Amino acid sequence: MRLTINGRQVEADVDVRTSLLDLLRDHLGLPGTKKGCNQGACGACTVLADGERINSCLALAVQYDGREVTTIEGVGAPGALHPLQRAFVEHDGFQCGYCTPGQICSAIGMAAELERGLPSYVTGDLDAETIELTHDELRERMSGNLCRCGAYNGIVDAIRETFGQIAEDAGKREAA
Amino acid sequence: MTPFLYERAADRQGALALGARAGASYLGGGTNLVDLMRETIAHPELLVDVTGLSREIEDTPEGGLRIGAGVKNTAVAGDRRVRQRYPLLAQAILAGASAQIRNMATTGGNILQRTRCAYFYDDAARCNKRAPGAGCDAVEGFNRIHAILGASPACVATHPSDMCVALAALEATVTLEGQDGGREIAFADLHRLPGETPEVETQLRPGELITAVTLPPNGLAARSTYRKVRDRASYAFALVSVAAGLELEGGVIGDVRLALGGVAHKPWRAHAAEAALKGRPATESVFREAAEAELAPARPLRDNGFKIELARRVIVDTLVKLARTEETV
Ligand SMILES: Cc1cc2nc3c(=O)[nH]c(=O)nc-3n(C[C@H](O)[C@H](O)[C@H](O)COP(=O)(O)OP(=O)(O)OC[C@H]3O[C@@H](n4cnc5c(N)ncnc54)[C@H](O)[C@@H]3O)c2cc1C
Ligand code: FES
Ligand code: FES
Repeated sequence: MRLTINGRQVEADVDVRTSLLDLLRDHLGLPGTKKGCNQGACGACTVLADGERINSCLALAVQYDGREVTTIEGVGAPGALHPLQRAFVEHDGFQCGYCTPGQICSAIGMAAELERGLPSYVTGDLDAETIELTHDELRERMSGNLCRCGAYNGIVDAIRETFGQIAEDAGKREAA
Repeated sequence: MTPFLYERAADRQGALALGARAGASYLGGGTNLVDLMRETIAHPELLVDVTGLSREIEDTPEGGLRIGAGVKNTAVAGDRRVRQRYPLLAQAILAGASAQIRNMATTGGNILQRTRCAYFYDDAARCNKRAPGAGCDAVEGFNRIHAILGASPACVATHPSDMCVALAALEATVTLEGQDGGREIAFADLHRLPGETPEVETQLRPGELITAVTLPPNGLAARSTYRKVRDRASYAFALVSVAAGLELEGGVIGDVRLALGGVAHKPWRAHAAEAALKGRPATESVFREAAEAELAPARPLRDNGFKIELARRVIVDTLVKLARTEETV
């Protein structure tokens, strides 16, 4: 099985039962992605597969053979943080930090969905070209990521500061 | 998890040949099946990954849409044609699970997802779905999320899908392919009520593959909605949900579609309510009568009696709101 993980070609020969999450953590030395529930209910294991956010605990690694996966280790590094990582620090977007890698990968995936104009369950006009990242939109779109410490206020502030502009910019491009 | 083999189907013929082998299961996104395998509830010996097949959404000559079984839930909800012509379907999908899961889940897998009954998931409990004839611990157990309509003494589980409730309201059809050729069946006929054999959940024959779901053209779909009531605001299965479409002619109800989720072993098309609505004035009292008609046969278990009143209120409120939108269209 051959995957591209954080831009690096990786070859892995693991038991077919291995989840993508366990492949990352136990076989590839990438423990940044966390295991919370191991059943799709918490979002701690969120990674990006070809830019789309998924729960790596519900995926068998073999299903992602040939795909490109980005984990928190590929988002930023000490000294070279992603703007969203910096915003999490500034806004106290975490306490214990266990949900944080998942929150950050999820928010990056969410920003891409918003840029494509994907609606959510709370979007009033389903046919709208651009959707503003309101408080309600953000909370609905991020509802797949739970935080047991309840750091939601900081999480929401950090994401809004980093990605709040996307919808607006997309609107301007559309108009231009 | 019991060991298994994994094969990626290159094409439909390949998938069917692999799917015909003993112990084979088709694999979509895996968000349900992988979980059931990990919980040792499902034990396939061969997983046939069909996510590479049937990945298109196409216009039909009749003016409807044909959604391939491999299309991801997110892609269906994001499709402009779905958003414009079948908003209740986009809403129903977006009401389900989380963005991460919708990015993984396929149309075929969503349709065939299994119940979330806790006794089905607990292999120390009795469950007629898992072990036919063993009995059902939900009937006398914690059954707050269980069925109020169409249940049997053998099984009171519900079908958990949101998307399927919209497909039931839309009178979709499902395309199946087997070793002996293809067939088209009404979506309403795909899932079964439990009766004496709750382990037989659908009309699918062994090895049969879902390849597509077809939505017929439908004027009333444009004035339609999906409303879901659950224990928290998002990322929770439905206690009760309603997919509804309404057509008014001068205050009188023309065509109407109503289906309920969270109440039965299958997505529940509300035929009795529809009959009580057609040709009548669009007033709250008529909506209430229709809801009563549908829920008259409802039978509560120990913990889920609240669902009957909840369903009544959600039906009435959803129709009241739709009737109001209709006036301004
Ligand atoms: C935490 C959590 C919350 C959820 N909340 C909701 C919710 O609120 N609402 C909701 O509707 N759903 C919810 N879901 C369920 C989710 O929608 C399903 O797991 C998903 O739709 C299944 O799709 P899949 O492609 O991953 O299916 P898989 O897990 O791959 O397959 C499911 C079944 O379908 C069969 N199958 C797949 N494709 C085909 C095919 N083409 N032909 C024949 N058989 C096939 C498989 O053999 C298997 O039996 C939730 C799931 C989780 C984990
Ligand atoms: S660990 Fe994957 S969703 Fe909780
Ligand atoms: S910071 Fe502790 S779980 Fe979110």
